[in-house]
Amino acid sequence: MTAVELAGVSVDLDGRPVLRDIDLTVPGGARLGLIGPNGSGKTTLLRAVAGLVPARGQIRVGDAPPGSLSRRALARRIALVPQSPAVPAGMTVTDYVLLGRTPYIPYLGTETRRDLAIVAEVLDHLDLGGLADRALDSLSGGERQRAVLARALAQQAPVLLLDEPTTGLDVGHQQQVLELVDILRRDLELTVVSAMHDLTLAGQFADQLVLLDGGRVAAAGPARAVLTEAVIARHYHASVRVLEDPGGGIVVVPVRSTLERQVTHEQPA
Amino acid sequence: MTVTERRPGRAEVAPGPGPARLRAAPLALAVALLAGAALVAVLVGPVRLAPGAVLAELAGRLPGVHTRSGLSRQEAAILWELRLPRVVLGGLVGAMLAMAGAAYQGVFRNPLADPYLLGAAAGAGLGATLAIAYGPDTGSWPVDLLPMAAFAGAVAGVAAAYALGRSGGARTATTLILSGVAVAAFLTAVQTYVQQRQSETLREVYGWILGRLTTAGWREVALVVPYALVSTVAILLHRRLLDVLAVGDDEASSLGLRASQVRLVVVGAATLATAAAVAVSGLIGFVGIIVPHTVRLVAGTSYRRLVPLSLVGGAAFLILADLVARTVAAPAELPIGVVTAFFGAPFFALVLRTARRAP
Repeated sequence: MTAVELAGVSVDLDGRPVLRDIDLTVPGGARLGLIGPNGSGKTTLLRAVAGLVPARGQIRVGDAPPGSLSRRALARRIALVPQSPAVPAGMTVTDYVLLGRTPYIPYLGTETRRDLAIVAEVLDHLDLGGLADRALDSLSGGERQRAVLARALAQQAPVLLLDEPTTGLDVGHQQQVLELVDILRRDLELTVVSAMHDLTLAGQFADQLVLLDGGRVAAAGPARAVLTEAVIARHYHASVRVLEDPGGGIVVVPVRSTLERQVTHEQPA
Repeated sequence: MTVTERRPGRAEVAPGPGPARLRAAPLALAVALLAGAALVAVLVGPVRLAPGAVLAELAGRLPGVHTRSGLSRQEAAILWELRLPRVVLGGLVGAMLAMAGAAYQGVFRNPLADPYLLGAAAGAGLGATLAIAYGPDTGSWPVDLLPMAAFAGAVAGVAAAYALGRSGGARTATTLILSGVAVAAFLTAVQTYVQQRQSETLREVYGWILGRLTTAGWREVALVVPYALVSTVAILLHRRLLDVLAVGDDEASSLGLRASQVRLVVVGAATLATAAAVAVSGLIGFVGIIVPHTVRLVAGTSYRRLVPLSLVGGAAFLILADLVARTVAAPAELPIGVVTAFFGAPFFALVLRTARRAP
């Protein structure tokens, strides 16, 4: 089943085109990596799918007709982890994760036992039980990122959108967070779309990559097809080596180019 | 902690203290503080009333209770027509200002927000000045013009700020605050101009701006109560949503909440509360900031606790401030706004220094 489908989606921000005519199909259970240079439209694409920016074209979420879902209904189907989530001073981890139940709690109502049970389960699942009463702003970067993930999981949405989930984490915590997302994806049968900066991690933790450049899909396919030296040079204006990892997979390594750059700077047609 | 250490089951998770619901103990404490403040304020004045007699007199008004208080007729009149209305009015005004302050801080995610942020004070000031300078003699009217004008000015000021903030297109909290600054500056300019033109009104206008609680029986209380009820119910109902707004408009939207809609309702209710308070008491500063922040420091930052505790705490604080205002220089009265700032500021500094960070 298709989890998310975009047909001819364009987004303008402040009159400037940010996404142009995006066609994209995300099958249920997929782990899709969204890559591209800064300003290529990764964040805007995620926000458009989450219904946070007005978009032209059709965005279909699950089996609902495009545009038919209310904000609350959408929040039950799509959970977005923003790149730099707000950290409300003094809010405990429990209260923060409980915010994920907002689309289920009646507008002026209060949480039920079931909401609390789900929060407890998510906290346990992410090994946050011991931090439940800690203030969010007293956690380390890795712990905080798990709390943010927990809030998204409490939304019980089948589709999880992650905007650069490893920002600000050291390499060990980057791996831990991505492994955790992968385990959760399998356990909870989620569809995961992540915008990623690190191309090696993107290749390791996504089955399919979509490369955005200038608001368009520049390349799409399995990591080996998208992450080539020529493609990266053309779209990132970067000199890299793509190396075989003896353990399987590929590794993208930046190199300092001594030769004059040979690629042109022109955008793909 | 690595992910591989994840526990297999979801057994042995101890149910923690849970979410930030309002608990009975802090609420009971706040209510006890309020009751104590109210009782002392009722007893103290030029004529001292005996505590036992007053309690018996009050209990005697309860349905089904018949007690003889032993208060003389004159003492009973002092209690029912002078002291009690003033204490109740002070409590209402303090409760409204503190609640509105907490609500504004929530919807604007700004700890410095106070009930006067969006032009309520400037609007009320202009309304009151116009009424004092140009208003007809309303001695024979059932209700004074001054509170009406102040109320209308406060509501109009906030409405103008809201309209201006929306017209820019971007309906963010910052735009709204900035348009509030613009509206307040403009209204204050007009108010100052009127005040200078009619310099004989200066003293009266100035006295009003510093805040005062004067009552004539229960009239002012009756004026405030309907607005207080409506806005209190509305804000109490929205207090959980104020916690959701703490993550910002954008994330609140991704959680299924329309932030601008919540903000409109809460600002509307807080404005009614502020306008009603200002109409009968002038511009009493500082209550809307220090009471919510003191509550935050002792009971945590969740609006689910903050709103009801600020409501009760604000009432107690203003009753005590008014007690000071009318006793320290008796028979003269200090402007209550001076008292709230003079005692409130050092107290707040003390709380800031001593309170450990809220959990």
